[in-house]
Amino acid sequence: MEPILEVKDLSYIYSAGTPFEHKALDQISFRIHRGEFIGVIGHTGSGKSTLMQQLNGLLKPTAGTVLLDGRDIWSDKQLTRQARFRVGLVFQYPEYQLFEETVYKDIAFGPRNMGLDEGEVDRRVREAAGFVGLTEEQLQVSPFDLSGGQKRRVAIAGVIAMEPEVLILDEPTAGLDPLGRSEILGNINAYRRAKNATIMMVSHSMEDVARLTDRLLVLNGANLVMDAPPEQVFTRAEELVDMGLSIPQVTQVFLHLKKMGLDVDKVYTIDQAAEQMMRFKGGNAHA
Amino acid sequence: MLKDITLGQYFPGNSVIHRLDPRTKLIMVVVYIVALFMAQSWVGYGLMFLFLAWVVCISTIPPKAILRGLKPLVMILIFTAVLNLFFTREGTVLVDVWIITITTGGINRALMMMARILMLICGTFLLTYTTSPIALTDGLESLLGPLKALKVPVHELTMMMCIALRFIPTLIEETDKIMSAQKARGADFENGSLIQRAKALIPILVPLFISAFRRADELATAMECRCYQGGEGRTKMKLLRYRRPDFAAFGCGAALVCAVAVLRCFGL
Repeated sequence: MEPILEVKDLSYIYSAGTPFEHKALDQISFRIHRGEFIGVIGHTGSGKSTLMQQLNGLLKPTAGTVLLDGRDIWSDKQLTRQARFRVGLVFQYPEYQLFEETVYKDIAFGPRNMGLDEGEVDRRVREAAGFVGLTEEQLQVSPFDLSGGQKRRVAIAGVIAMEPEVLILDEPTAGLDPLGRSEILGNINAYRRAKNATIMMVSHSMEDVARLTDRLLVLNGANLVMDAPPEQVFTRAEELVDMGLSIPQVTQVFLHLKKMGLDVDKVYTIDQAAEQMMRFKGGNAHA
Repeated sequence: MLKDITLGQYFPGNSVIHRLDPRTKLIMVVVYIVALFMAQSWVGYGLMFLFLAWVVCISTIPPKAILRGLKPLVMILIFTAVLNLFFTREGTVLVDVWIITITTGGINRALMMMARILMLICGTFLLTYTTSPIALTDGLESLLGPLKALKVPVHELTMMMCIALRFIPTLIEETDKIMSAQKARGADFENGSLIQRAKALIPILVPLFISAFRRADELATAMECRCYQGGEGRTKMKLLRYRRPDFAAFGCGAALVCAVAVLRCFGL
């Protein structure tokens, strides 16, 4: 299968040629296929946010290429603009970008920039609002009257309304309470299922990425150090800790149980843990 | 990018000029400007230029950095020069076509005005390049101290200035971020007519203003939490004191003014 996004030998240097020169990405290569859910983890300053901005053509690579459906997004102006719409990027704390008088108008900003007709804009706004669980009445209020979590969902809807094939989110749950977090993650999954979209999510929550993603990209000091499914990444716990990252709590507990001599498998999610415990209990009952 | 703006940016360093008391530097800038306006001949300007070059030299500020700061002022320079060129009627007439008259006096005057403005700006740049904003406001507060007797809220004014300076880089960073976020939603700031481009600024300005107000509010709360109550009874960690180099600087300033005044008496 052809990858939807392909990154080849991508390097990016901030303030090149000045004393403040700083290498943010160093020769990074990877491929993303349609429908995948990719997690991106890495310590603060490892280049995650820079990488995200490369993928939709906001930053131009110092070296290397970004291919969208096999075509270099920087090869012509029209393609760069297309990439902005086909690869939707939700920044950190996206609620700070809201500006319109009503929620409806703010969500419509992206689709209007795409040059769609009013009917199509209306359909997309309502559909996007549905994905993030905004009600009809909420569409007509000022976004500044909403709560923090609701503002965040409006901002995410603003990107979803462009119906991007690849949706990239930079720490979408940062600073939200547990209920807000699980709602946002649920919204993202709803969009993914409905549109068979590709999702790429930067997160500091090992639990979230272990539970949701198919594949993890681990960045450390401007380099891509791991590119594997979560269960493989989390077997390298010591390396992760050295990079200032960690493994899910439940994995830690089960690693400890194993050390204590219990015959358990490696576990990455709560569901797996529950299954193991049931099996254990059942096994004991038979013995 | 926006980050490259260097208007009045501080260049950390450890030269004699950097170490001078900020009050000395402020007073010296005033003295320098007075001397500059007293000079009325190329000899006087030459003297001023030598002084400026000497100070730049010992300040270890790369001359390139000062020249880069002059770039935004090119239009004003040209405008002043052109005005002086056309509206001065002295000396021999060189060109006299229709309403345009160019005289030798005009050329002389235009060049002098340009030299004066250039030296004026370079001198003041030197102040902001070698003095951190905090030191600058500290010095200003101390110099304006006597006005407190007239009920001028000197401390509050300098505090406001200090905070404003402090937040310029923060707001620039914020603007960069908001621009990227709106670009990701397809906003286009580079193309279209003037009106379209002005309209394209709304999605940046609204969030920027909201965030500036939010920051101001948070800062006010934080200051109140630390019992900030203005300048009354407030002590300073870094006390300002005139030292030997400061007196040397005052000596140089006095010498400069005297020299220019003498030249002026001789009609130079």
